This record gives sequence, structure tokens and C-alpha cells, in this order.
Amino acid sequence: MDKIVIEIRNLHYSYPDGTKALSGIDLEVFEGESLGIIGSNGSGKSTLLLHLNGILRGTSQVKILGWDITDKNLPLIRRRVGIIFQDPENQLFMPTVFDDVGFGPMNMGLKKEKVEDAVNRALEEVDMLPFLKRSPHHLSVGEKKRVAIATVLSMEPEILVLDEPSSNLDPKHRREFIGLLQKLQLTKIIATHDLDLVVETCSRIALLDEGRIVAVGKTADILQNRLLLEDYGMIARSP
Amino acid sequence: MEHGFLDQYSNVGSFMNRLDPRIKVVSLLAFIIFVVSTNPAAFQAFALYGLILAVLTVLSRIPIGYILKRMLVAAPFILMTALFIPFMQGKTVVHAFALGPVTLTVTREGLLIFWNVLAKASLSLLCAILMTATTGFPELLKALEKLRCPQVIIMVLSFMYRYIFLVQDEFMKMRQAKDSRSVGGPQWLHLKALAGMAGMLFIRSYERAESVYLAMCSRGFGGRIQTFHHFQVTIKDAAFLLTIFVSLIGIRFLSAIHG
Repeated sequence: MDKIVIEIRNLHYSYPDGTKALSGIDLEVFEGESLGIIGSNGSGKSTLLLHLNGILRGTSQVKILGWDITDKNLPLIRRRVGIIFQDPENQLFMPTVFDDVGFGPMNMGLKKEKVEDAVNRALEEVDMLPFLKRSPHHLSVGEKKRVAIATVLSMEPEILVLDEPSSNLDPKHRREFIGLLQKLQLTKIIATHDLDLVVETCSRIALLDEGRIVAVGKTADILQNRLLLEDYGMIARSP
Repeated sequence: MEHGFLDQYSNVGSFMNRLDPRIKVVSLLAFIIFVVSTNPAAFQAFALYGLILAVLTVLSRIPIGYILKRMLVAAPFILMTALFIPFMQGKTVVHAFALGPVTLTVTREGLLIFWNVLAKASLSLLCAILMTATTGFPELLKALEKLRCPQVIIMVLSFMYRYIFLVQDEFMKMRQAKDSRSVGGPQWLHLKALAGMAGMLFIRSYERAESVYLAMCSRGFGGRIQTFHHFQVTIKDAAFLLTIFVSLIGIRFLSAIHG
């Protein structure tokens, strides 16, 4: 059995206004695997992701790489779990690509040369090195998404968490983007309702509905279960 | 969508582009302080200040049209404040207008102050435009940070630079959506929709700010944004600074002799 890197036991979370978002999530993520979290809009995918680096803390036990999520452990956890948010405009908030990709490493307290190394390496990995001095505003959506990944890679995380990574991409850039995801050798957790993306990038799937995990299994097994997918709104019911 | 950028001439490879941003900021401040503190009647001094800026403009390779357009943006503010100054009380009446029962008198003292405000404002503005147009905004921020400008201000300016065009885009899209559905109807209804859009824009910006903050926290933000700079003062920079200061002091000295 592979090492467990994320362990979630009976996770409940309600928004401040009382709306229940997650009710009783149990989930394990293994080292090196690529887990797809699928579910319809509002099923709780994004909320679940926010628990993976302690942005949100529900009532339960979440263990990341063996650590409990406590204030003391937060910097350690955030350095190793890189979350890439859906809208790259929110992920890229600094005036230049360099400053943005260097934001994480600088917060880790690295020296100038080390930060430059990390930025160059991360941008190289997503093929965006020539854009170092550009302002994020001048990039295309596809380029922004790539830089967004680099902003997290520069911190050398062990787990990559992506929220709807393929949204707003045209077919060509989507193709390239999937290629990039396949190339990255890390534990990946991808929340999406893009089933094609899941087929290409994930080995295992967890299906989420109304804050509960209703099915977990191998990608092929879940995606062949037409009834299950229809029931939870992942594919349109055939007439 | 296309936007006019603040710093579109920051990378044309001119002499002004290559200067250390810190040197530019210091020179700018010195220039403005000297201009503002000049005796209003020292006309030659103002001409010489103008000459310095003209030389800098040539060195910056910024089209005159661009500079004039920028100046025009600020012109209403200057004129609004300066418009009533010529009618101030004074000893020497130059001209009097009779407007029914009211007589407006233009005085010599008033005119002098009017000229003073106009000349100083325009020169300072021109100087500021030259400096900001030749410096990339991120560089300018780093220069300000190195010169001990408070970090909160730097952060606010930095986020403004990053997100202002996005807010503009959002507003444009909302207006297009509104225009697509507005067919006829009374004028006040359009105004009402516009007010709603302004509110919506605020809420969206507020929500975006929250998302951005989450993204910052996820990458280990601890309350301070750190950045690196690659500034290095060269002999050229030092020479520029020296020239500016010598010229400014020289002009002050000359006008003191003649005045």
C-alpha cells in the first residue's frame, strides 16, 4: 500500500450563514496518485479543497502528510500543499510575473539567489520563462493558467491542488494544459466537472454530491457507471 | 480588451528609461520642491525650469502628444482652483467688468498669483508625467519602497495597478449587457441601472479581494510583501542627479541675483 498523504475523517463544514457545505467527508489520498474530485455545481468541491491547507477548518480530523492542521503547522502545510484557484486573476496578484512566482519562496524566507533559482525553475517547468518580466495583465488566459501553476511549483510542494483547472480554455490550450498536468510528477488533486480532463489526468475519482462523497473508485470504474453519473448530474440523462 | 497603460513608454530604451528609478524619484521630488518654492515674479527661473523639462522630454523619447493629453486630464482641476484668483482683492486694478449690479475687478496681484499657480502646477505636473511615463510601474513601486515609503501605500498602489484594468473590464462587460437589454424606456431608469452597476462592481471587487487574500494566505503570506530589486546606481545615474541639483541650485542663485 502506498503512503497516505492526506487523511480526512468525518469532515463537517457549514458556512457562517448556516448553510451546510460538507457533511461527513471521509477521504484518503495516496502519495503520487492523481485524484479527481468530481461533482455538480455547488456540490462542495471548492469548499473541500480549502480544507486541504487549512484556509477553512471544519469540525473533524484532517491530517496532511501526517500533521494535524494547527496554527503552528500551517506554514509547513501551506509550503507543501499548493492550491491553484480557479480564476488565475486571483492567483496572480503581483505587478510582475517574477514577483508573483517569487511570492511563495520569499515568504518561505529564502535568500535572493535561491528565490531567483526557484522562480526560473518553476517557470521553466511550465514553459513560461520568457514572460518573467511581464505584467500578468498582459498574458492570455492559457498563459495565466500556466504562470498560476508556476506560482505554486516555485514553493516545491508535495501535493498540487487544482480547482477547475480547465475552465475558460479553448480546445488547443486545454490540450496543452492537460499535457502539462500529465508531465508534473506530484500528488495531484483536481476538482472539476470536466470528465474528459479527469480521464486524461486522474487515476482515481471521488464523486461528491451535496457535501457527501457518494462514490470513490478507479477512474474507469466510476466513469463506466452511467447510472451513477446520471443520478448525480455529471452527464445528461439520456431521453 | 485594450487599455491605455500608465507606463507604455517605460520600455523604449531611452536614456530616461535606463536611469535608476530611485534617482528619478529623488530628482522629481527635488525639482517639484524647487519649483514650488520659487518667487512668483522670477519669470526667467520658470523659463529655465521649462528648458530642463524640455531637454528631459527629448531624452525620454515620449511623443509630445502623449504628454499634452496627460496634462489635459489634470487641467480642469488646476483651472477650477485658479479661475477665481485674478479677481482677488488688490491695490492695482487692471480691468473691471460690470455685471449688472456686481463689478468684478481683475487686480495685478491677483494675476500674479494666478500665473504663479498655473506655472508651478504645470511644471510639477509635466515633471511627474515624465518620471512616471519613463518608469515601469512595478519599478517605481520598488523605488518608493527602497526610499522608505510606508508599505501599506506600496501594497495599495500595487494592487491598484494589478486590478484596475480588470475592474474596468468588468464594468465594460456589465454596460454591454445592460445596453443589449435597454430598449427605450425613460432616462431615469437607465440612471438607476447605472447606480446598480456601481454597487455590483463594488461587491464583486470586495469578493475578489477576499479570494485574492485566500490565494495569498495559501502561499504563506504573513502580513508583509517582500520583493527584490536589481537597482544599481551607475556613474550615469550619479551624473544625472548631480546635473539636476546643480541646475536647480544655479537657477535659484541666478534669480536671487536678478530679483
